[in-house]
Amino acid sequence: MSDATINSDISAQAGEAEAGFGDYFALLKPRVMSLVVFTALVGLVAAPVAVHPFIAFCAVLFIAVGGGASGALNMWWDADIDQVMKRTARRPVPAGKVDASEALAIGLTLSAFAVVMLGLAANWVAAGLLAFTIFFYAVVYTMWLKRWTPQNIVIGGAAGAFPPMIGWAVATGGVSLEAVLMFALIFMWTPPHFWALALFMNADYEKAGVPMLTVTHGRRVTRNHILAYTVLLVPLAIGTGLTSIGGPIYMTVSVVLNAAFLWGAFRIWRRDEDTAQADKYKVEKQVFGLSLLYLFLHFGAIMAEASLKPWGLGGWA
Amino acid sequence: MSFEKTTHNLHKRRMSRNVGVFVVLAAFVAIVFGLTVVKVSNMDTPVPGLQQSGGN
Repeated sequence: MSDATINSDISAQAGEAEAGFGDYFALLKPRVMSLVVFTALVGLVAAPVAVHPFIAFCAVLFIAVGGGASGALNMWWDADIDQVMKRTARRPVPAGKVDASEALAIGLTLSAFAVVMLGLAANWVAAGLLAFTIFFYAVVYTMWLKRWTPQNIVIGGAAGAFPPMIGWAVATGGVSLEAVLMFALIFMWTPPHFWALALFMNADYEKAGVPMLTVTHGRRVTRNHILAYTVLLVPLAIGTGLTSIGGPIYMTVSVVLNAAFLWGAFRIWRRDEDTAQADKYKVEKQVFGLSLLYLFLHFGAIMAEASLKPWGLGGWA
Repeated sequence: MSFEKTTHNLHKRRMSRNVGVFVVLAAFVAIVFGLTVVKVSNMDTPVPGLQQSGGN
C-alpha cells in the first residue's frame, strides 16, 4: 500500500469528520451575536454612568460569549429539527462537522465562563441577568416553548431583548425605566419580525414540526397578529424617545421608521395568500428587511443621542 | 515508497483549530492582565468615606 493510498484513506475517514476552528465558532451563531454585541453596547453607552473603556470592551465581549454559548446549547438541543430545515441544515451539528455532545460541552463551559467573567469584570447584577438570559434562551425557549406553543417566539423573544438591559446594568449596577423600555422595544419587535419571515419560510417550519403560528393557525391569523403587534410596538418605540435616552434624533428616526413599519404591516395584513404567492411574498420579504433596519436604526439613534451628550448635543436638555 | 510530506484537508483543519485555540488563550491572558491593571489602577483613586474611617 502506497503513502498516497494511506493518506487519501485518512482524509476520507477523518478529514471530513474533523471540525476546523470556524466550525466551532459557527456554533456560537455569529450573526445573532453581532446583534447582541450592538444592543448591549448601546445599553452600556446610553447609561448615565461612565464605564472605563476597557471594562466596557470586556463586558460586551463576555455578554457576546454568553449569547454565543446559548446559541451552542440551542444547536445541541435542536440538531434534529435543524437537519430538516433548509435554513439551518448547514449548521455545524446537523452538517456532521461537530458532535452534539461537543456543542453541549462548549455551550455549558462558555456559559459559566461568560457569567463569572462578567461578574468579576463589571458587577453581579449584570452577571445574574446574563445567566438568566442564557437559561431563558436555552431552557425556556429552546427546550420548552419552541416545540410546544405557537407563542414560542413571542415569549422566547425576551431572550434576545435582554442584552441592552445587561449593558445598562454593567454601567449602573441596576435596572431602570430606560433599560426596561429598550428591553420592551426588542421584545415587541420580535413577533412581527419573525412572523414576516415565517410567512415566506413556512414550508421549513411545517416540515420540522415546529408549531409556528403560520403552521398551527394559518397565514391569515399570522397576518392579523403581525399588524396587532406592530400597532402595540409603535407607541412603545416612540414613547422611549421621551425618556432620558431619547432626543430629537431618536424621535425623528423613530417616527419615520414606525410609519414605514406600520404601513408594511398593514400591507401584509390586507394581502391574501393568492396575491402573496403570485409575487413570491415580495411584501413579506420587504417588511422582513425593513424590520432589521428598524431595530438597527432605533438603537443606532439611541447611541447617537448618547454619543453627542458630551458636546452638549443629544437628548432633550 | 516515498516519504514526501503531503498536506491534507485533515491537517489544515487541525492547524486552524490549534491556531484558533492559541489565539483565544492569548487573548484571554491579555484580557485578564488588562482587567487587573484597570481594577488595580481604579483602587488608587480615593474612595469617599474610606479615608475618614481610616483616620479614626
